Amino acid sequence: MNRISAALVYRAPQQTGPADRSSRRRRRRLRRSLLATACVSLTTLLTAPGAFAFFTPESGGSPNANSINSLYKVTLAIALVIFVFVEVALGYALWKFRARKGAVAAQIHGNTNLEVGWTVGAAVILIVLAVLTFIKLSSIQNPADSSPNGDQLVGQTGTLYASADRKLPPNKKSLEIEVIGRQYIWQYVYPGQDNPDGLGAPYSYEEMVVPTETTVTLDIVSADVVHSWWVPQLGGKMQAVPGYHNYTWFKISKPGIYRGQCAALCGRGHARMIATVKAEPPAEFDQWLEKQKQMIAEANSEAAKARAKLNAEAGSGTATP
Amino acid sequence: MATYVAPVPHIVAHRAEREARGWTSWLATTDHKRIGIMYMVTTFVFFVLGGIEALLIRLQLGAPENTLVSPQTYNQLFTMHGTTMVFLFVVPMMAGIANYFLPLMIGARDMAYPRLNALSYWLLLAGGLVFYASIFWNPPEAGWTSYAPLSNQIFSPGGGQDAWIYLVHLTGLSSILGAINFYATVANMRAPGMSWGRLPLFIWAILTYSILIIFAMPVIAGAVTMLLTDRHFGTHFFDPGTGGSALLWQHLFWFFGHPEVYIMVLPGFGIVSEILPVFARKPIFGYRAIAASTIAIAFLGFLTWAHHMFTTPIPQAILVFVMLSSFLIAVPTGVKIFNWIATLWRGTVEFRTPLLFCAGFISLFLIGGISGVFLAIFPVDWQLNETYFVIAHIHFVLMGGSVFTIFAAIYYWFPKITGRMLDETLGKTSFWLMFWGFLGTFLIQHVIGLDGMPRRVYEYADVGNLHLYNLISTIGSFILGLGVLVTIVNVVRSLKRGAIAGPDPWKANTLEWFTSSPPPVNNFDVIPRVRSYEPMKDIRREIERRTSGATVANGVTVPTGVTQVGV
Repeated sequence: MNRISAALVYRAPQQTGPADRSSRRRRRRLRRSLLATACVSLTTLLTAPGAFAFFTPESGGSPNANSINSLYKVTLAIALVIFVFVEVALGYALWKFRARKGAVAAQIHGNTNLEVGWTVGAAVILIVLAVLTFIKLSSIQNPADSSPNGDQLVGQTGTLYASADRKLPPNKKSLEIEVIGRQYIWQYVYPGQDNPDGLGAPYSYEEMVVPTETTVTLDIVSADVVHSWWVPQLGGKMQAVPGYHNYTWFKISKPGIYRGQCAALCGRGHARMIATVKAEPPAEFDQWLEKQKQMIAEANSEAAKARAKLNAEAGSGTATP
Repeated sequence: MATYVAPVPHIVAHRAEREARGWTSWLATTDHKRIGIMYMVTTFVFFVLGGIEALLIRLQLGAPENTLVSPQTYNQLFTMHGTTMVFLFVVPMMAGIANYFLPLMIGARDMAYPRLNALSYWLLLAGGLVFYASIFWNPPEAGWTSYAPLSNQIFSPGGGQDAWIYLVHLTGLSSILGAINFYATVANMRAPGMSWGRLPLFIWAILTYSILIIFAMPVIAGAVTMLLTDRHFGTHFFDPGTGGSALLWQHLFWFFGHPEVYIMVLPGFGIVSEILPVFARKPIFGYRAIAASTIAIAFLGFLTWAHHMFTTPIPQAILVFVMLSSFLIAVPTGVKIFNWIATLWRGTVEFRTPLLFCAGFISLFLIGGISGVFLAIFPVDWQLNETYFVIAHIHFVLMGGSVFTIFAAIYYWFPKITGRMLDETLGKTSFWLMFWGFLGTFLIQHVIGLDGMPRRVYEYADVGNLHLYNLISTIGSFILGLGVLVTIVNVVRSLKRGAIAGPDPWKANTLEWFTSSPPPVNNFDVIPRVRSYEPMKDIRREIERRTSGATVANGVTVPTGVTQVGV
């Protein structure tokens, strides 16, 4: 027995007798193997941060992604301990009790206390996991308020939504973008003045431009088959199911490009259905949005002129813009 | 009993009818053993086909932006692979093993409905042929889950989707008829003395498998019928534009799909629970707990289907409920793993190939079980769902789980089916190739998924370490394939050249080893009385007692003599 384990192990009062000695030896062996398991688990935990970076989901873009990441890490730590413990137990059983000359297998049919013990043990671990999940849940699901240096969203949103499914930040202000999945491109529709023809709202394809430090809530729909919106660094994925609305959110602090792609099989072009989110400082975003609006207004007026001309040529005069 | 001819522990069937010969006898057979062999051979052929599809998928993904196959072909490959492995390999392979061994293990002379049994097999073959015929026209390409509306007429006009529907119908019908047959056989035809508490654990697993099939299969049959009428007869069950619901498909599919996972893996648990005690020379630890946890898993399996739908628009209450019910399943599963390790504990473990596959199964399935807990936590699932993490998880459960147990079963029961042993060296080579090949293929896929690569994409950009990781996975898959090939060679070689097995080569615990190898047509002339859940061990002990201490059980050669052991 080495010094550390000797220091840790509680010494029972000395007793005599061969039966006692053998049981004590067995207990000592058990203690030693428990200690070894504890050491292995501890080493695993200490070396874990290295493994964690390699073995964790993407994060860093948005608080909800970070919360998922930390919930995942806690789960991973617990899982690694269980994994090491069970694999070591399996390996030990296979090696220690391999068939040798003269060895006789113990004819044991079971042990009720032991079996009840590990059933309860497994249940307790899962209860702990459930509690941890509930603790983290609100920071993942509930959108945060925009930061003071975020976009002020003047005249854009701030509407109180009636839907129970819809989650909004506490101050009810967010930039609401409608995400439309279609074979094989993502379309993003920004809030804006609707023309009577419904063509007024600014939109973009594939690349979504958003202001930094601003809470963005997404309303995800589909125009054809099931798609799945996913930009790993900005949080979890949400399916775009035709006929349904699905919601998620993110809030980016660092300007930059965040990449993702459709995660649900949607046909032959599925692998090329890319989603990009470009985060810009609020002022630049406002400029970009103004430019989009202007371009769309120009295109709409061009289209209206062309329609009027066609109508005049056809002489029908029934079409209204 | 004074003059006693030293007996061997089996009964030769001298009143058995002559075995029919020629290929027509296979077409017309209603013998559960022949039907079992046809099941196992057919499904193994489909396993090889599905495996080739898998290797093509890995070849395509071995390099970024690879152009080996077109997007269309790629979608067809993974659809065929998934469908083949689930509907044409694992589920019917378990039915095949049960077909052969269930009557033998419970001391019956055939299944309850022998002709229905033959029909089950022919329906399975018909399903497989209809499905594989589609490769000459348009194979399906909507994935083995065939989510509507993608699988609907406007998005998947090809006939392959219909072939997929017919496959599900035919194999489903085959499974339901087979399940009714298994249930009826176990309920009515057990040997005298074989109470429910003495049923071999593999039989408990098959009983539970049958109940799951009877409840789950009709749901998918209904769902694919609705899809069929949507596609061709103008209904709108899954068409959101005209009052249908795209989400309905996902609910119906996974209501079947999740129990299906247990349909595939529970018989494997049963196989392991049979093999471990034999090679540890120790009774199974906690017979009741293992049987009870099998039933608990089956029951809970019906309450968790929506954990495949965590990213769909469903209410918060469902998310929480399904997370907790999925957690709950981990408890009986963990109990099984602990019981198996405890079975090895203080035994004398003999490292024969079947045991290696069982030990490999436990170590791999554990990883699949743990990654399952990650996926059950719904906020974490939002990151992991639909990525290679899920692909890794399902393969740790179904390949590390079911397939390794199927290989354990092949090595364990081949001597009974053919009368010859499989080669141990080839067997162990096959195991180690499969084990390391499997880990190489699928362990790294967790990381591929965590790095953001979705499943079912035919190409990926060369960012980060994706190329390296995918290459590792591809190399691993070919090592895995090589391991499977070694077993195929072993089987073909041992059919003619394997060592003669004798009736009970492993000194096993269950009644199938009471017959000759291969068993006679009627299985048993005399059906022994069962006194414990290890009847064969009792019979060996009884013979030892009667031969006044000659240790038959420890391999001392006894002169061959035919006897009616009246135990």
